[in-house]
Amino acid sequence: MTAALQVEALNRSFGALPVTRDVNLALERGARCALIGPNGAGKTTLVNLITGALKPHSGRVLLDGQDITGLSQADRARRGLARTFQINQLFRGLTVLENLCMTIGERDGHCSNLWRSAGSKRVVIDEALDHLDSLRLTDDALKLVRELPYGRQRLVEIAIALAQKPRVLLLDEPAAGVPSSESHLILDVVAALDPDIAVLIIEHDMDVVFRFAKEITVLVQGAVFTQGTPNEIMNNEQVRAVYLGQESHRGGHHG
Amino acid sequence: MAASNSVTTADRSSTRERAADYLLGRHRFSAAEALPWVIAIAVFFVFPDRMTFGSQVLVMVMFALSLDLILGYAGIVTLGHAAFFGVGAYTVGLAAARLQWTEPISGLFAAAIVAGIVGFVTGWFLLRYRGLTLLMLTLATAIMLQETGNLRSDISGGYDGLPGLTFKPLLGVFDYDLYGHTYYLYALAVLAVVFYFVRRIVYSPFGQALTGIRENVRRMHAIGSPVHWRLVTVYTIAAAIAGVAGALFTQTNAYVTLTVFDFDNSAKVMVMLILGGTGRLYGAFVGATVYMVLEDYFSKLSPTFWQFGIGLVLVLAVLFARRGLLGIFESMGQYISARKKS
Repeated sequence: MTAALQVEALNRSFGALPVTRDVNLALERGARCALIGPNGAGKTTLVNLITGALKPHSGRVLLDGQDITGLSQADRARRGLARTFQINQLFRGLTVLENLCMTIGERDGHCSNLWRSAGSKRVVIDEALDHLDSLRLTDDALKLVRELPYGRQRLVEIAIALAQKPRVLLLDEPAAGVPSSESHLILDVVAALDPDIAVLIIEHDMDVVFRFAKEITVLVQGAVFTQGTPNEIMNNEQVRAVYLGQESHRGGHHG
Repeated sequence: MAASNSVTTADRSSTRERAADYLLGRHRFSAAEALPWVIAIAVFFVFPDRMTFGSQVLVMVMFALSLDLILGYAGIVTLGHAAFFGVGAYTVGLAAARLQWTEPISGLFAAAIVAGIVGFVTGWFLLRYRGLTLLMLTLATAIMLQETGNLRSDISGGYDGLPGLTFKPLLGVFDYDLYGHTYYLYALAVLAVVFYFVRRIVYSPFGQALTGIRENVRRMHAIGSPVHWRLVTVYTIAAAIAGVAGALFTQTNAYVTLTVFDFDNSAKVMVMLILGGTGRLYGAFVGATVYMVLEDYFSKLSPTFWQFGIGLVLVLAVLFARRGLLGIFESMGQYISARKKS
């Protein structure tokens, strides 16, 4: 079976500094994979390389067995590769509903139409509202994104990615910046994602990682340090030393 | 239990309906939108001796409207929009002076096509850049076109321009009159057509995508939008419209000089738009009209220092009306409706 997403020997450096070194990674259909590593390990860079926001200096990215390394970010997105950003990237001056309609419009190629009115396709609006419904955002549909509290904005970020109907979803710290009293809302959504979507999550909170992921990849200084099941990672002395050691007070009670 | 359930379901579906209605009905014409057109027609009857000036205002409204499409909606900041106005102006001017092609309406189409082609080609190269780089490159485009005209002054007439152009009667019937009545109505009709076209675009899914690019281009890439292609498309359309405005300028004045490519012209249209309010369709109407009327008034009041008056108005607008003059009206409207509710 071909992997939904495969990364082969990916390399990238910024000047003399290698930030991604020979990274190999595979996500099967429906995978629940976590990417962890200390700050500056190159996690977000790897996401940018996979989505095409950055070009690798060598290596390949395959989506469903097809080489997409040469494709633009937008082409990759249209083939079913979606992401969320560590720092919200939303249409802040538009309503939540418009944020979703825009995504659906671009996904289905409506946005090349210059003549029809945007509101005339009821199916698009209904689908957008369905997505909002499933994340309990319906009441905020007509609010401007910038008027929402940060935690709700994080949900919009996820709603947009889901509205792309992705086959592979990369979540870059979905709960970052959200007060812990609200972060469970986001994590519940993440836990309930469609089992067909292959998900790669970058997360610092080890509770979340161990609850959510079936596989964990540890990235250190741009290279894959080790890969394994949560149990293997937890019991790996070296991982504890380089990474979990810093957060032993959080990871400890899982052991 | 069952009852409370049905209540929440009803609540939810009504919330959904309200949300859907907002998007479904947003593109419909409102009664207030008739206002600028009513005023324009009233002006025709009230100030019959100011029709030449009136035509100039309509031309600038159209020019500002084309800038609104790229600046207000797509967020492309340009200091060279006069390039397309000039190309349109010279398309009609050269066709009349050198080729004896003096039919006005086909001239407009020719101007739209030529300016559109120039917009497409320059846009294809320039729209990869943003910010200051783009500002400099658009500015350079207008200057290069102006200097090309200067270089071949044997064709373009140089800074002396192409004076004394004559055009055939409109539709073969309505001739140019000394007071510019015909050309005022002609410019108004063309503006109405162009405005309808721009309005369709703004409310289309394509127009939505443009606001998306303005609001967050990184997100547009991430949701699969062909951003560069969208920008080139709208830049081409805006260039074509600016070209039509330029063509009307030449036709109503019956002359054209290379000053149409001036940086002044690019800057002025941007000032007009910002004064009226960007990304609002009618900002171009308000801004261009207010600017032109003030310019006219101040220059009569004080032929030497009239620019001081314009400058003062702009400083006040920037200080107290960040969203343009239309923004003031919007704020007032919101204030009143908020008062009514409470």
